[in-house]
Amino acid sequence: MKLTLRIWRQDGPRDKGKFVAYPVDDVAEDMSFLEMLDVLNERLTLKGERPVAFDSDCREGICGACGFMVSGVAHGPQKLTTACQLFMRHFKDGETVVVEPFRARALPVLKDLIIDRSALDAIVQAGGFISARTGSAPEANAMLIAKPVADRSMDAAACIGCGACIAACPNASAMLFTAAKVSHLGLLPQGQPERRQRALRMVAKMNELGFGGCSNHGECEAACPKGISIDFIARLNRDYLSGSLFEKPEPLSSV
Amino acid sequence: MQLNSKVPSGPIQGKWEKHRFDMKLVNPANKRRYKVIIVGTGLAGASAGASLAQMGYEVDCFCFQDSARRAHSIAAQGGINAAKNYQNDGDSVYRLFYDTVKGGDFRAREANVYRLAEISASIIDQCVALGVPFAREYSGYLANRSFGGTQVSRTFYARGQTGQQLLLGAYSALSREVALGRAKVNTRSEMVDLVVQGGRARGIIVRDLVTGELTAHSADAVVLATGGYSNVFYLSTNAKGCNATAIWRAHRKGALFANPCFTQIHPTCIPVAGEHQSKLTLMSESLRNDGRIWVPKKKGDTRPAAQIPEAERDYYLERKYPAFGNLVPRDVASRNAKEVCDGGRGVGPGGLGVYLDFAEAIGRLGENVIRERYGNLFEMYDRITAEDPYRQPMRIYPAIHYAMGGLWVDYNLMSNLEGLHVVGEANFSDHGANRLGASALMQGLADGYFVLPYTIGDTLARVSPADRLKPDHPAFTEALDEAKERGRRLLGINGKRTVDSFHRELGKLLWDNCGMARSKESLTEALARIPQIREEFWANVKVPGGASELNQSLEQAGRVADFMELAELLCRDALTREESCGGHFRVEHQTEEGEAQRDDANFSHAAAWEFTGADTAPILHKEPLEFEYVHPAQRSYK
Ligand SMILES: Cc1cc2nc3c(=O)[nH]c(=O)nc-3n(C[C@H](O)[C@H](O)[C@H](O)COP(=O)(O)OP(=O)(O)OC[C@H]3O[C@@H](n4cnc5c(N)ncnc54)[C@H](O)[C@@H]3O)c2cc1C
Ligand code: FES
Repeated sequence: MKLTLRIWRQDGPRDKGKFVAYPVDDVAEDMSFLEMLDVLNERLTLKGERPVAFDSDCREGICGACGFMVSGVAHGPQKLTTACQLFMRHFKDGETVVVEPFRARALPVLKDLIIDRSALDAIVQAGGFISARTGSAPEANAMLIAKPVADRSMDAAACIGCGACIAACPNASAMLFTAAKVSHLGLLPQGQPERRQRALRMVAKMNELGFGGCSNHGECEAACPKGISIDFIARLNRDYLSGSLFEKPEPLSSV
Repeated sequence: MQLNSKVPSGPIQGKWEKHRFDMKLVNPANKRRYKVIIVGTGLAGASAGASLAQMGYEVDCFCFQDSARRAHSIAAQGGINAAKNYQNDGDSVYRLFYDTVKGGDFRAREANVYRLAEISASIIDQCVALGVPFAREYSGYLANRSFGGTQVSRTFYARGQTGQQLLLGAYSALSREVALGRAKVNTRSEMVDLVVQGGRARGIIVRDLVTGELTAHSADAVVLATGGYSNVFYLSTNAKGCNATAIWRAHRKGALFANPCFTQIHPTCIPVAGEHQSKLTLMSESLRNDGRIWVPKKKGDTRPAAQIPEAERDYYLERKYPAFGNLVPRDVASRNAKEVCDGGRGVGPGGLGVYLDFAEAIGRLGENVIRERYGNLFEMYDRITAEDPYRQPMRIYPAIHYAMGGLWVDYNLMSNLEGLHVVGEANFSDHGANRLGASALMQGLADGYFVLPYTIGDTLARVSPADRLKPDHPAFTEALDEAKERGRRLLGINGKRTVDSFHRELGKLLWDNCGMARSKESLTEALARIPQIREEFWANVKVPGGASELNQSLEQAGRVADFMELAELLCRDALTREESCGGHFRVEHQTEEGEAQRDDANFSHAAAWEFTGADTAPILHKEPLEFEYVHPAQRSYK
């Protein structure tokens, strides 16, 4: 099939950037979206033009490296699918497809479709962990966890940190990302001791980094390639509230 | 050069305990004065980084992705082994040790493997403590499943995302150390060279992948945790970015490369769809617990699977290996798939595929149970192939998956270069000629959480932080200049072919000539071709853009240039090893039934190669392997 790609080209963080149209005449149905970009890049290179920069690694929908807006939708039109797992059979001959980076103040564009997502690492560093020194762990089966609880925790833990939820949110909020981590750990018995502090610290970091607030649009859940439920945001709000009521934010301690 | 494995004396059960006591310790108050560089933040690197930082060392980590959490370990699906014997089915440290040595076709060091089995149980404890949501039974206890190649259920898993959850555990522990200021993580940073001075690893040269800037980093010890080199074959199940540059650069600087020809082919991958294919997707081996593998009995039978009656199907693994059936180890399953396809009985486009059929299991257990077990894998298959595996059998074919070979290390996981440690898939240590399913995650975390933190102390206690080189030492400035020059050269060629086209050509040559079946003839041919491809690469590659910018073509060009050299060593090692063992199958060496035939009299050793120059022959050093506990026998899965 033939497609026209309108791709966002931006040389560097300070460049203004613009859309450039590229016709691609021989798109095969069993290509992934990224493989189609590979083919385009091979051609651009041979023509002496700069290939389109985009992030990807696993190409199996699990590392969270890929991701951009495909005609206005994060990761494209297929539900529960990352850009690397989006296959061209879902497009129609003759279509024009607009490809641009995820946009959010806290996730600036580095080049073309590549953005800087280090703010997400910073949120995790603020509190997205259980402090368990190597070697200090008790026997694993000494602590029983009911299957539904473990399953629910796993539902939240499935987040791949791609940033689609932020790109989809009108406020560019990172609530779903943060809520997923807070819920994954907060649902487990191991995660209880730091539960409130975790919520306080991560939310504070999120605000500090320039992510917007949550006003319950629900776009994040719709865009999430892993189907992380918006219910987890309610959990985060509960942990945050009880944290604010009963504890003061404390600095992280090494012991 | 004398290879000293430093394996402690005494009975195998007590070696690690004794060694931990014999090793030197670094005084707790002194630890913060020592700086350790860790390249790689996969399971091995992240677990090592977190553990070393907790102990008080200054830790500086590097990875080429935009976050430590995206290391290739994230993609592991099936599970992680541990000798917990929770299922009361007769598992033990000794059995895991025995299975791993036997599964590796008697080409691994017994003492290392025993230690791995011994440590395995603590890994699960540690991961649970960090919040890894492993699968549970309704009772609340941890669940297990059995995994390709073993008869006990010792595999722990988190749906089909075990690697993701284990990595997120280690990443979160490392993130905490970053917050405490004890560790640093440098993302989008690629190590492009190792700096060696006075026979010791002194630091690394790093390219900032956003700005292109090259910088020197000095430390008291360098740890490589950079993963495997399967992408030398171009198409593999590894992530696109996986590469061999870190270990290859270290090899060029004197680190020995052991058993490069021990590469593993995974039997259950989605077959190639077309020329544009950029990587292959693994379908977890756990599928073989319930799926039955078959091909039509008749050659060239193009009927849809559903129209082929039971009597006309050949369940060839069940037929040939009644005891293990569909659960035979990976190398055996892969070779048999190739054999039936070469015999004209393959299915799907090009006849390069065999069926993995769930109809019987769905009938027996119900679709719900199958969905619970494999739902996400079935979805992935459907998404890629547009075929529904609940209704028709999957098509699968073998693909390159894992590198057992890697940099040679001793019992302390240190290479022959003082101060250079290698952990995870990047080293050659524990899997011999064939890795068992769910054992790579175990090894990566064993190395990072529980081996390196002790053994690196022994290295550091022998040096003083005062002797650390300044980053402006000539050893560093020379390496920086070399790296700059290499980039300039690649950008200056301005030829007519893309980097990818060379990578594909190299990969296809390797797959055809040094893949599932290798012969003197095919390897000799590859060894003649590779230098020609390499020469053309350096004369005719086109790398657009500049050095001082985000330039993915330049990144890739550097990696492919290193793959070209590694490919040659891989084939040379395969040619020199005149036997078949594990993943290394030489057609000249097989039993009458077509099984791999080892030659223990001549090849019971690790082949450790020394680099002498890109155009000169490497020198082979042999570390003899002795088997005191598990007696080498012809592997039999009948
Ligand atoms: C699809 C798939 C499924 C698998 N499933 C299983 C399974 O179920 N069970 C199992 O036991 N094993 C499995 N494996 C194998 C296992 O995942 C790997 O062997 C293991 O994760 C490797 O971990 P690692 O820490 O050694 O390296 P990796 O996770 O590969 O990490 C390498 C790190 O090194 C960094 N790096 C590399 N080169 C450089 C450089 N030059 N400069 C800077 N940084 C660099 C990368 O950025 C990355 O952080 C699977 C493998 C694949 C491909
Ligand atoms: S490339 Fe890993 S999720 Fe798409």
